[in-house]
Amino acid sequence: MTQSTSASTRPHGNFDLLRMLFNGRAFFALIAIIIIFSTLSPVYFSTNNFLTMSSHVAIYGLLALGMLLVILTGGIDLSVGSTLGLSGVIAGFLMQGVGIHAFGVTLYPPVWAVVILTAMLGAVVGGINGVLIAYFRVPAFVATLGMLYVARGAAMLMTNGLTFNTLEGDPELGNTGFDWLGFNGLLGVPVSVWVLIAVAVIGMLLLRRTPYGRWVYAIGCNARAAELSGVPVKRVQVSVYLLSGVCAAIAGLVLSSQLTSAGPTAGTTYEMIAIAAVVIGGAALSGGRGSVGGTLLGAFVIGFLSDGLVIIGVSAYWQMVFTGGVIILAVLLNSVQYRGRKKRSTAIPPSSKPGGVVDAVTGNRNSKSAVVS
Amino acid sequence: MSELTQHAPTDEIVLSAKDVAKSFGNVHALKTVNFDIHRGQVTTLFGENGAGKSTLMKILSGVIQPTSGEITLNGEPVSFSSSVDAQRMGISIIHQELSLAPNMNVRDNIFMGREIKGASGINYAEEARQAQKLLADLDGSIDPLDMVEDLRLGQQQIIEIARALSVESRILIMDEPTSALSATEVGVLFDVIARLKRQGVSIVYISHHLEEALEVTDHAVVLRDGLMTAYAKRADIDLEWIVRNMVGEGFDLGSPPVDHEFGAVALNIENLSVADAKVAGRFLVDHLSLQVRAGEIVCLYGLMGAGRTELLECVAGRLPADDGKVLLGGKDISRLTISERIEQGLVLVPEDRQRDGLVQTQSVGQNLSLASIKDFTRWLLTSRPRETEVIDNAIGQVRIKAGGAHAEIGSLSGGNQQKVVIGKMLATQPRVVLLDEPSRGIDIGAKAEVFRLLAQGAAQKGLAVLFSTSEVGECLSIAHRVVVLSKGRIKAEFGADVTKEEIMAASGESVAA
Ligand SMILES: Nc1ncnc2c1ncn2[C@@H]1O[C@H](COP(=O)(O)OP(=O)(O)OP(=O)(O)O)[C@@H](O)[C@H]1O
Ligand SMILES: [Mg+2]
Repeated sequence: MTQSTSASTRPHGNFDLLRMLFNGRAFFALIAIIIIFSTLSPVYFSTNNFLTMSSHVAIYGLLALGMLLVILTGGIDLSVGSTLGLSGVIAGFLMQGVGIHAFGVTLYPPVWAVVILTAMLGAVVGGINGVLIAYFRVPAFVATLGMLYVARGAAMLMTNGLTFNTLEGDPELGNTGFDWLGFNGLLGVPVSVWVLIAVAVIGMLLLRRTPYGRWVYAIGCNARAAELSGVPVKRVQVSVYLLSGVCAAIAGLVLSSQLTSAGPTAGTTYEMIAIAAVVIGGAALSGGRGSVGGTLLGAFVIGFLSDGLVIIGVSAYWQMVFTGGVIILAVLLNSVQYRGRKKRSTAIPPSSKPGGVVDAVTGNRNSKSAVVS
Repeated sequence: MSELTQHAPTDEIVLSAKDVAKSFGNVHALKTVNFDIHRGQVTTLFGENGAGKSTLMKILSGVIQPTSGEITLNGEPVSFSSSVDAQRMGISIIHQELSLAPNMNVRDNIFMGREIKGASGINYAEEARQAQKLLADLDGSIDPLDMVEDLRLGQQQIIEIARALSVESRILIMDEPTSALSATEVGVLFDVIARLKRQGVSIVYISHHLEEALEVTDHAVVLRDGLMTAYAKRADIDLEWIVRNMVGEGFDLGSPPVDHEFGAVALNIENLSVADAKVAGRFLVDHLSLQVRAGEIVCLYGLMGAGRTELLECVAGRLPADDGKVLLGGKDISRLTISERIEQGLVLVPEDRQRDGLVQTQSVGQNLSLASIKDFTRWLLTSRPRETEVIDNAIGQVRIKAGGAHAEIGSLSGGNQQKVVIGKMLATQPRVVLLDEPSRGIDIGAKAEVFRLLAQGAAQKGLAVLFSTSEVGECLSIAHRVVVLSKGRIKAEFGADVTKEEIMAASGESVAA
């Protein structure tokens, strides 16, 4: 929506094709990735592989959509990877049954209750981030960095560093079906991808057709002007972190369902993948620019690229270099696109600028091999 | 070059633009313009919003490059690749929109990019000394170590002027340098201009305050729709000549609408106080009480620092009050947030449109509808047709000249950006509207229109209007009542029959200024 206006200001003529290639760069990058890897490996271009890759992309995409909301307001959420891990552990914990010592009974909540409780946990974690940032004026980078450690630590504490392995449930206890999210498919498409699609549709409606979406963009560009126009700036700020937390929790559910196990280290450094996906999708880290469609493309680019590198057997070190290169290139092109426009008057903390994103390289590769293996 | 400058006759042309044109896509901002700058004299550029004044000045100072045409400096063709390039050749510009770094102090802003090097890094002491010297001429109350974000808009404008003066250029372009200054500060600036002229500096001046510009200028040039339509020497023209050439007819800022009865008290400010965070025991707004009735138009006049902006921001909910109450139609709204106050029908058009008014990444239309977005939301979703209706209404109402609702905010001329901010707040259908310097940067035609709009709202819908201004002339237009502020208190109140002299005397200005 915000990008469509940019085209009209550029000179018309035979630059049209170039401009189209440029504006759709994430899309063409994805096509290029698919073509290149398909020629390099016969395995790559197969339905099975696409299904596997999309279920990885679903995790990245869910995190990235939450991250998009936060980045649009000019913030950053570094805690999503840890929130994902904590949510998985909580889900695993609930699936094992909750013992209530006073009565000497063990409660086995049904799967739908586990899902709701876990999503609520994500909301609480995100809500705390949001309140710290909006009301206590803690810089987003610092608040969510702190939460990154707190949530990860809490996940470790809950399991003593071990992994919950029995998530299948028991028909006698009426809590089966947890693996449905990760393993089953509808119309040949994994459920996790449907979840991503649902969240993306909601996100798109939210951003394009509701006052809330307009407010998110306005705050990211000029919070002062938004406030004087009657936008409830602080409430919107809290809500974007809250929604990001919920997205991370859903991603945590999907991931632990895919693996039918919940480890406290799941999702380590996934926050960087999410940020990278948002940036590759054309969003500005300074806020106010970005879209759901672009972010989804970004998630596909990252997911298809890293899986492709694993499939053709490129060494782990080269995987890091390639992924990092793609991210830097994306940021470079974004700054070409936004060059010459008025910058925001309030600066964002330098630490949340592209420098941090490059770290995603490491995170991306490590965590990827964990999922694949 | 310097030799030439010193011995040149006074009526020599230093910088001139020949057949200069500039297009942005298919917007032809300038169509073959010729423009001369005379050595040691002031040339003033007049023209409506969007006439192309800023565009021409940006070309002459290297900020943008012309699509065609040539520029000659001291008779020789030149082309500037950037504003730094132009600055090196002795041309500097004060931009219409402030370009200061708010998180840095005054000294660092003045010397940004041209830091004075010392033995060990930057020579801060020398910078501070020079900054102090520059500021002493302009506004003694600003300290070089003050943070820019803590300064009022007018003071920021003075920093912008000081920065341009610190370059000691031979040609100085001032694009609406006084839009946020009141008469006294303008007087000070004019003294500085007179001194620069004696030193042989050539000046280009742009202002929508026509009388003020006439006072200082030697040559007058009128631009209209990207064409130069008239030129004359100061001695040959008067105010009427400018207005006729600018808009083609006489103009009138209106008079107070009289054929309607005032309604009940719409806005009641009781004993309102805002303490000064910097000086204990001092108040920016000092236990002030003021009532505005439905259908009434009240003008707030005061010097810079009189507390106008603070009063209006406090009433709108932007600044917390330390004491006192604000009642809207008898209902206490002191505890409400800004958005709740807007819902209750109280809106503020802020003074600084860049900082407080506009969302740069959104289009003209999205900016216009931002404050009234709830009005066209049904079942959580916004309705496109209703939004288009609201936007088209607003564009028509305040007559915004733009390439349609989808144009980027940055492509509008300064005055049209101001109209977007006003249009956005009026689109919420308020009962009480507060406007902080609504005429800042808009041309006489637009000014008259804004005032007509307010007068019409007051007469037909019972809108209560409270606007501030630093131009005395505007107090005498549509206001039923003029309230003069000084040091956060009401110094005097006048009816519509007040004279300029009375207002200025009450505000504490010397009438001569
Ligand atoms: N970057 C840009 N892109 C597109 N159009 C532009 C751009 N800059 C200026 N324009 C257009 O050029 C025209 C002249 O603008 P300019 O800023 O020079 O006006 P101005 O005379 O300075 O007006 P004002 O008194 O309001 O400051 C306007 O129609 C404006 O919309
Ligand atoms: Mg201008």
